[in-house]
Amino acid sequence: MIAETVLQRTVAGVTVDVNGEGFFLHPEQWSEAMVPELAAAEGIATLTERHWQLIRLMRAAYERDGTGPPVRALSKTSGVPIKDLYELFPKGPAKVAARIAGIPKPRGCI
Amino acid sequence: MTRRIVVLGAGTGGTLAANRLRRMLPDSVDITVVDQDDVHVYQPGLLFVPFGLAHAEDLVRPRRRQLHDGIDFREVGIDRVDLDGDTVHLQDGDSLHYDVLVVATGATLLPEETPGMTGPAWNESVFTFYSLDGARALQKRLAGFESGRLVVNVVDMPVKCPVAPLEFCFLADWFLREKGVRERVDITYVTPLDGAFTKPVASRALGGMLEQKGVEVVTEFNTGEVGDGRLIGYDGREVPFDLAVVVPLHGGAAYVGRSPGLGDELNFVPTDEHTLQSRARPNVFALGDAANVPISKAGSVTHFEGEVLSENVRRFLAGEPLDAAYDGHANCFVETGFHKALLIDFNYDTEPLPGHFPARMGLPLLKESHLNHLGKLMFQWFYWHTLLPGRDIPGIGSAMPHGGKTLPAEPTEAVR
Repeated sequence: MIAETVLQRTVAGVTVDVNGEGFFLHPEQWSEAMVPELAAAEGIATLTERHWQLIRLMRAAYERDGTGPPVRALSKTSGVPIKDLYELFPKGPAKVAARIAGIPKPRGCI
Repeated sequence: MTRRIVVLGAGTGGTLAANRLRRMLPDSVDITVVDQDDVHVYQPGLLFVPFGLAHAEDLVRPRRRQLHDGIDFREVGIDRVDLDGDTVHLQDGDSLHYDVLVVATGATLLPEETPGMTGPAWNESVFTFYSLDGARALQKRLAGFESGRLVVNVVDMPVKCPVAPLEFCFLADWFLREKGVRERVDITYVTPLDGAFTKPVASRALGGMLEQKGVEVVTEFNTGEVGDGRLIGYDGREVPFDLAVVVPLHGGAAYVGRSPGLGDELNFVPTDEHTLQSRARPNVFALGDAANVPISKAGSVTHFEGEVLSENVRRFLAGEPLDAAYDGHANCFVETGFHKALLIDFNYDTEPLPGHFPARMGLPLLKESHLNHLGKLMFQWFYWHTLLPGRDIPGIGSAMPHGGKTLPAEPTEAVR
């Protein structure tokens, strides 16, 4: 087993463990109160209802499958076209939404 | 009491699972294998067809001839699986009741899901070598390709054999050099990943080889559309091409989507990554590309899974706990051109590392060698004569060997 890089970061006044790419190492450290600050760090100034829907969907998918969905699956489950996902979460929706939802990097990339 | 195992799919996984189960189980257990056609393709050979290094017709054998005596083969399409009724409905109107179902119908190419991909440019300037016809068409096109922009693009994960598009780049570099036209062709590798490969140590090694061979790499590119001579990313970036070689989107078999409760959004079957029992029902198992376990979709994975799956199916029928466990072992020869290849060996917890396989005196890992190239060529014989019949390859078991691997000096990210 190879050691994982562990970084500490304070979000909404709570210290959490993230990896070198900013993904949560312990999803249980996350709470919805952290979402606005995590989103702002990704360049998303205003959170819409759509953002919240997708963040909650990522979270639910993680709790069910142990991993967040890749962007194509996220589009199919949410009914939001991939193009729109890129407008909501520029720079790669699945990864950005996973970081904001406090879950590990989606395992779609294997 | 007669019981019946129905195996869906007679590719690598379905064939080797059925053959293993036939040997392990008494005649009181019927085994029926269903596939829509009788054409078994040696898929690792497709990579070589565009370069004239393999002939498409040599990669194909009848499916039914790979199945042992005592296995019933049905050549018919699958309409759907009724999980509540333990029944498979076939497209000829017939149905098969099962005590255990093994899903091994692999992954399907979905080029039509990317707008513009299968338009007039398909098999004219946009090709895939992931099918027999595609590989053949690309061979004709490459033979006359002497200048311009060659773009190799993985549309999105998951795909079968994530190293194959890299191998294609390495072989294209070799092929164009042999023809003496390499300096007139730009080769670009366009990937949705953030590097050449997902696992850090191998990604650095393979990325370094692309750079050394003069292949430009465009990362985190999600192709949304194929326009006139250009790939258009969802983020607005564009990559122009004269010849595009794409690995299209993949999904599970279409009937999985018609079978309520069996598959996920992409029609792959949610499956326990260690026991290979599906999450749909206790009497449904899945292996190979059809299963959504978190490891590469590759023949070696399917081979190692087969050993575990057949043992667990035997246990399930005997009412015993499923304690055979797959560790995610994968093992791939990566063809690098100029009659060389490198070998990678990894599992769920250990990324591909340098060293030797299977032990200190074995084949070099993550390092080019002529020996690995010979290993890759020889593997086709093992595939038909050892792997499909469900025999073990001497010295290469389901569990990943640790001896011979060199741990990296600096800590890197865990593999998942």
